[in-house]
Amino acid sequence: MTSAPPPVRFKGTATYLTHEGLQAAVNCALTLQRPLLVKGEPGTGKTLLAEAIAEALGLKLLTWHVKSTTRAQDGLYVYDTVQRLYDSRFGDGDVRDIRRYIRLGPLGEAFSSPERVVLLIDEVDKADLEFPNDLLHELDRMRFRITETNDEVSAKHRPVVVITSNNEKELPDAFLRRCVFHFIDFPDTELMRRIVDVHHPGLDTALAEQALKVFYELRGFARLRKRPSTSELIDWITVLKAQGIHDLKLEEQLPFLGALLKKEQDLVSVAEAFGRGRKSRA
Amino acid sequence: MFLPFFYELRRRGLKVGAQEALALAGALHAGLHDSSLDGFYHVARALLVHSETQLDPFDQAFLAHFQGVETAGLELTQEILSWLEEARERPQLSPEEMALLEALDPEEIRRLYEERLREQQERHDGGNRWIGTGGTSPFGNNGFNRAGMRVGGKTGGRQGMALMQAGARAYAGYRDDLVLDTRQLAVALRKLRAFAREGVAEELDVDESIAATARNAGELEVVTRPPRRPNTRVVLAMDVGGSMDPYAAVMSRLFSVASQATHFKELRIYYFHNCVYGKLYATPQLTGGMTVPELTAQVGRHHKLVMVGDASMAPYELAIRTDAEGRYKSDGLEGLTWLMQLAQHFERNVWLNPEPMGSWRSGSIATIARVFPMFALTVEGLGEAVNHLTRGRTAKGSAARR
Repeated sequence: MTSAPPPVRFKGTATYLTHEGLQAAVNCALTLQRPLLVKGEPGTGKTLLAEAIAEALGLKLLTWHVKSTTRAQDGLYVYDTVQRLYDSRFGDGDVRDIRRYIRLGPLGEAFSSPERVVLLIDEVDKADLEFPNDLLHELDRMRFRITETNDEVSAKHRPVVVITSNNEKELPDAFLRRCVFHFIDFPDTELMRRIVDVHHPGLDTALAEQALKVFYELRGFARLRKRPSTSELIDWITVLKAQGIHDLKLEEQLPFLGALLKKEQDLVSVAEAFGRGRKSRA
Repeated sequence: MFLPFFYELRRRGLKVGAQEALALAGALHAGLHDSSLDGFYHVARALLVHSETQLDPFDQAFLAHFQGVETAGLELTQEILSWLEEARERPQLSPEEMALLEALDPEEIRRLYEERLREQQERHDGGNRWIGTGGTSPFGNNGFNRAGMRVGGKTGGRQGMALMQAGARAYAGYRDDLVLDTRQLAVALRKLRAFAREGVAEELDVDESIAATARNAGELEVVTRPPRRPNTRVVLAMDVGGSMDPYAAVMSRLFSVASQATHFKELRIYYFHNCVYGKLYATPQLTGGMTVPELTAQVGRHHKLVMVGDASMAPYELAIRTDAEGRYKSDGLEGLTWLMQLAQHFERNVWLNPEPMGSWRSGSIATIARVFPMFALTVEGLGEAVNHLTRGRTAKGSAARR
């Protein structure tokens, strides 16, 4: 059923920097062929991790974006009854062959793929409480049966499964037990400097330092409702660069603060605390 | 080799089992830890920890178990770290004292440190011998000994080392041992939901379509039906402040579960203080909201009423007379009467009480339990309460029930 795991070790990619904890987690998941569950603050690169793994291992990436209405069944396959009814009426094609009306979902596609793929199940906590439980068997055995045709879809190569969660709902224990877990820490200044460098090569050092200083100072500001994260810092620097800004001072008016702070109350409280009442240009 | 570590983890509340042990053995067999303690720390953390709330107990267990495996200098015990965290500033030293401090050589210091570590039993700040903060002893944090050893605080250059990392306890903020699991609460509340098909018919009814098509001699006949939608309406009223303060944590958890619940058609949340005096408030600060007569006029009998409170008050507080705006009025209604009005309006109602059940037999709790069926505010009690809410009519004035 499964092929021998490739001896490749994940070490991050040119644009996705990791540290040993995350590498160890990814390598555990690869070697033990278990799903990798990634949690962490929004904007710390949970979703990007799956892309980085796919890139580093040279595998195809399949993505399953989970929504509040997603059911576990949707990931396996969908039986298109409407099309079949329609065809039976207007006589296009062979309606006796149910297989023609079975469409595989992302999980089904990952299983039936002739080569090993990376499957990202994004924001698993968005779905119904029972959703993870419904997937237990399929993720464990990497196979399922299509009841309409009695066909079994079973994985030729166990896909690398990456699951992300934003902690909106707690996940059931039975599900957690089967996963390799990693909590993405917020990067420290050193790692953040490297991350900024990767995304904005050749950025003016003085500006980078100032931006980082402002960024960590804002994060340390206790009254914020939503603290800015990595992706917001990257965006902010992009804007600063595009506008040709070279000098930042926290005490003065900060340009384009809207890229960092997403809540109106936050903008107001920061303006009050640092800008002495002046509203920042957002 | 790592089995004692597993029992250390279990002792600290991480429910690791055979599955985790096998996974870890597999990972070590595959050489993922690169034969280093540092690698082992990361591999074990990825496989044994399932939630960020467990990271801190894991770090502690790791520190406790593997202490002394690497160099003796890393023997940072939990307690010493916590003494040093609250480092004290020390007043200026005289030049004589400074000169005295610089006289020790590194070897001597290390030897003394280990010795003291064994002797020392308690926190120590100031002074010149023990490991502590703000002192002139060669060991500790924020001290004045230039040749001394820094214990705890910000460390430079050794952050990759597993024991240092575990010792840093960076995940202490994510702990939540006291959890009456929000998932359990959410699962219990879920039983409240009921579905009804109403609204625009936009979902294909496969069975009906097939039957209709067959009846139509093969001529396609599509039958649609309205999608299933949640049909439960809930009014939740919570007691805030005063005697409820000790239960603030469990209350906020219940609140977060309830407000996240998407399976209710309507959820109204109100607050009151101690007892309902004519008015239910929209915020915990007791502002806004509406009066009981307004609520019963707006909201049908089929809403399910969930009252949450300790129901503990002085007997006279049940008898305070107020008007519907909550103002004292000698010709108003008593607190208990307001409660009875609510209980009578809603066909299904419960009172959830965080007080231990042993204290329910007397005082105001017993009185209120004669008005509302009372259940304990625990996962189990919530489950029973939900059963009660879904089971049909509440007999008027039914006695206290567990």
